[in-house]
Amino acid sequence: MTRRQKRIAMVGGGLAAVVLVTGLVLSAFQKNLVFFFTPSQVAAHEAPQGRAFRIGGLVETGSVKRQPDGMTVHFAVTDTAVVIPVVYRGKLPDLFREGKGVVTQGRLGPDGVFQASEVLAKHDENYMPPEADHALKKAQAARERAAQTLIVPPAAGEKR
Amino acid sequence: MSWASWSDFFAMGGYAVYVWGSYAVTAGLILAEVIMLGIRKRAAKARLAAGRGAGMP
Amino acid sequence: MSQPSLVVGNVNWFKYASPQSFYPLAGAMIPWFAWAAAALCAAGLYVGFFVAPTDHQQGESYRIIFIHVPAAWMSMFLYLVMAFWAGVGLVFNTRLSHMMASALAPTGALFTFLALWTGSLWGKPTWGTWWVWDARLTSELILLFLYFGFMALKAAIDDPRRADRAGAVLALVGVVNIPIIYYSVEWWNTLHQGASVSLTRAPTMAATMLTGMLLMALAAWMYSIAASLHRVRSVILERERGADWLRAL
Repeated sequence: MTRRQKRIAMVGGGLAAVVLVTGLVLSAFQKNLVFFFTPSQVAAHEAPQGRAFRIGGLVETGSVKRQPDGMTVHFAVTDTAVVIPVVYRGKLPDLFREGKGVVTQGRLGPDGVFQASEVLAKHDENYMPPEADHALKKAQAARERAAQTLIVPPAAGEKR
Repeated sequence: MSWASWSDFFAMGGYAVYVWGSYAVTAGLILAEVIMLGIRKRAAKARLAAGRGAGMP
Repeated sequence: MSQPSLVVGNVNWFKYASPQSFYPLAGAMIPWFAWAAAALCAAGLYVGFFVAPTDHQQGESYRIIFIHVPAAWMSMFLYLVMAFWAGVGLVFNTRLSHMMASALAPTGALFTFLALWTGSLWGKPTWGTWWVWDARLTSELILLFLYFGFMALKAAIDDPRRADRAGAVLALVGVVNIPIIYYSVEWWNTLHQGASVSLTRAPTMAATMLTGMLLMALAAWMYSIAASLHRVRSVILERERGADWLRAL
């Protein structure tokens, strides 16, 4: 074996070792580096018991209720299958909105209400001007209307 | 164009600290890198000239 | 030391693998890339601030994207290029390859830091936190440490050839972190959102926003090339001291 072949063998062996290590790290990551649990996972008792964890999902539309003290806020986190009520005292991030993503840290109380100590907004990767957003929402509403009124004459249907 | 005036522009819709904080640090660090590149080059050339003067092998 | 040769189309491409012929070539290329970077940056900033509209959710804070995403892309891409040259140097024993790897590291570390810094300033108003230990942010921080580790390791070993080899092994091992950063938002639950621009889908951004971001990304690319070529010339001067061609310079 020449020196270069030896070197290539060493590099190859090193890379193989790295791939192995990566596999191990990834599987460890998979188990431990879960940033948040979904409401369905919480309902299935997959979230840690008796210590703080995070739940992530969407803020259910119409669920946000601010208390008269101005600090306490009640809302519900949903993954469209399971809904978990949350209570939180403190400042909410700018992008905390109904129907949008949220990640909240805290403990699940015995009454099933999640006592949040921190609320973070998880926004999506869509960037567009406000007018485009309005147009999209209008188009979607029109589609939904059209779907509901499919039996009525086509005149009531989509017009673009 | 989303700005009515320059002060509107600098206010960045209330996010001035975050937006300008990002841009200022980026500009500053890139400027620093450019200066350091120049210093390193000059130092390397000076060492080369010194070595030549001392009859370095 | 005899140089290996790679002859394709009657040109010996290894000619440019010698520091002696690469030094003037790099010097001639630097101004082109530097001016391209400046022009693209000016165009990108103009589009980013005066053409691109406000975002429907984030308002003006989203304008950090014009630095954040190009910096994050460069942080990963420069690492791959650095590891590539380190690997080439390890296999073919070419001095210039290792010098290229050394020259790329500081610029890569700079962009990694900028990605983290601008991300932090963006995260505070939008997410509500400067920092979280989610998979995307954590793996990007590991990337910064890999750059620092690479530079520190090479600086710590006196014998330059041994330093080159040790650095190259570290650089190659660290490559596994790049796909982890890139796919972290898909593999795990993260606070960081998914990619707006990817090879497999249409971008989820308004066209002018995307134009501004791509112009800034190209500017970052040109800047990185100019800075790395400039630095590799210094590295050549530092390491080839005593070579005949340098004494004649």
